[in-house]
Amino acid sequence: MTRPLSIIIVEPDRDRALLIIDSLQAAGDFDIQVIAEPTSLARQIQARQPDVVLIDIENPSRDMLEELALASGPEERPVAMFVDRSPEGLSSAAIEAGVSAYVVDGMQPQRIKPVLDAAITRFRMFQRMRTELAETKRALEERKVIDRAKGMLMKARGIGEDEAYALLRKTAMDQGKRVADVAQALVTAAGLLG
Amino acid sequence: MSLTPLSVGFMPLVDAAPLIVAQEMGFAAEEGIALDLKRAPSWSSLRDMLSFGKVAAAHMLSPVPVANALGLGGAGAPLSVVSVLSVNGNVIGVNRDLARRLRDGGHDFGFRDARAAGEALIAAAQGRLRIGVPFPFSMHAELVFYWLSALGLPAPQSVDIRTVPPPLMGDAIRAGEIDAFCVGEPWGSQAVENGVGELLLPCNAIWAFAPEKVLAVRRDWASEESALLGRLVRAVWRAGRWLGDPASRILTAEILSRPGHLNLPPDILDRALSGRLVLSSRGEERLVPGFVEFHRSAATFPWRSQAEWLGLQLAARTGLDRSVAQAAAASVFRSDLHRLALRGLPAALPTASSKIEGAVETDTAVATEAGRLILQPDQFFDGRIFDPDAA
Repeated sequence: MTRPLSIIIVEPDRDRALLIIDSLQAAGDFDIQVIAEPTSLARQIQARQPDVVLIDIENPSRDMLEELALASGPEERPVAMFVDRSPEGLSSAAIEAGVSAYVVDGMQPQRIKPVLDAAITRFRMFQRMRTELAETKRALEERKVIDRAKGMLMKARGIGEDEAYALLRKTAMDQGKRVADVAQALVTAAGLLG
Repeated sequence: MSLTPLSVGFMPLVDAAPLIVAQEMGFAAEEGIALDLKRAPSWSSLRDMLSFGKVAAAHMLSPVPVANALGLGGAGAPLSVVSVLSVNGNVIGVNRDLARRLRDGGHDFGFRDARAAGEALIAAAQGRLRIGVPFPFSMHAELVFYWLSALGLPAPQSVDIRTVPPPLMGDAIRAGEIDAFCVGEPWGSQAVENGVGELLLPCNAIWAFAPEKVLAVRRDWASEESALLGRLVRAVWRAGRWLGDPASRILTAEILSRPGHLNLPPDILDRALSGRLVLSSRGEERLVPGFVEFHRSAATFPWRSQAEWLGLQLAARTGLDRSVAQAAAASVFRSDLHRLALRGLPAALPTASSKIEGAVETDTAVATEAGRLILQPDQFFDGRIFDPDAA
């Protein structure tokens, strides 16, 4: 029987790391470790000698792994980019999903495939969550600006809240802009005029 | 007229300026293209974004496409260098402890003499020096190795080289992970600004004309999209010419400082652009002529001899066959495509594609197809020359 693949996950967020571990364990029997601290990443990985390293592409510490590409002898050189020249287009799929996996050169692709498949699914989900979070934040920001603009109009013109919003909306439509942009322009202008 | 969109990746550094300026100042639009600038989190992911077609072109450390051609790192889509984006622009700095020992040892921080600075650094080191560089395949690493080895400290064997992404260089010093660093601006100045480090030497004191960042594309893309490539190279060349005009400096710093680009205060960026570098939090300033070049001395021209120098340095370190590495490296820097793209522009380009690196001692006129070209000094600090035909 072959020994289970050893995998290191580089992920500072504990909850995300746990989610990745869950999805990997569902995919097979792996020996999994997590590194949360990016300091001396390359040295830690070298000390533990994993078969595969999984890291988020957005993580700038990924460059530290490149050191390993030049390390030691050619047989046990832990290189090479994800899924080193795998024929199944896995590298491209991984990049798309925002995951890099470093694998020991010479490993059979079929042993890595389940790992990557699981990781890719998980990372895609994170990506969606990131986008949703950013969108929600933006929407909240815009709501705040619109509220401020409404308040200014109510005070300056002595009108009610609904009327103030109607005015903003009409101006936006007349100018072919979004309500949030008109509100932002008003808030900025008011700030400039003091 | 609608513009053809073209995605271009960059890292947040001062020398991404030719790409950012090409878009922001309308040089791209003049060529009928719109650059969709994508900021990358790391050099390795930028290289992979290019290899897998997520971007059409990328800002890249000059040794990366060469290393790729030698089979070192990367997934291996063959890359071509079609322009040099910048020459020089890096600094070497030390932590405060080491700066104090250097000063106690009598070093004057003259910021000019690579031999004096290097010998002082070797003398002041306690134990193995730990030096941070942004990437294993970088001009930073090559220049540090060249410099220390020439001064009798064989590198990388006798030092600890650590890869630290540029924006994290200051953190690595603060955390005591490294004693010294070599990094592109503005990250050296940022370390000074945060009070964690002091600058010791600009890298042009080691090699006066080192190709730093390049414009890289996939080799197959370059042949399939030759017209589009020509438009990109011309737009970036015009941006470089604009950047080379001192009158553009202040506006450049403002444009680069924007949140989507570098997101740092313009006065920090201006230090590299003006060549007026602040060495420490005590405020000593040094003027470095030619600190970073975008245009002068045919800075954009990808000399095959530059690639060959890089290929041989990498081969020596990794034990690859020298002549194979030299040939592979030379084929990456496409002086032919660069020349073709700029034909008809008032660009004075050399008729030669290769030169003896390090042999220009004073401003020297050279043969061109059109116009007048003066090459400025390109010497190595130890006076060695690199003749690609004799290598």
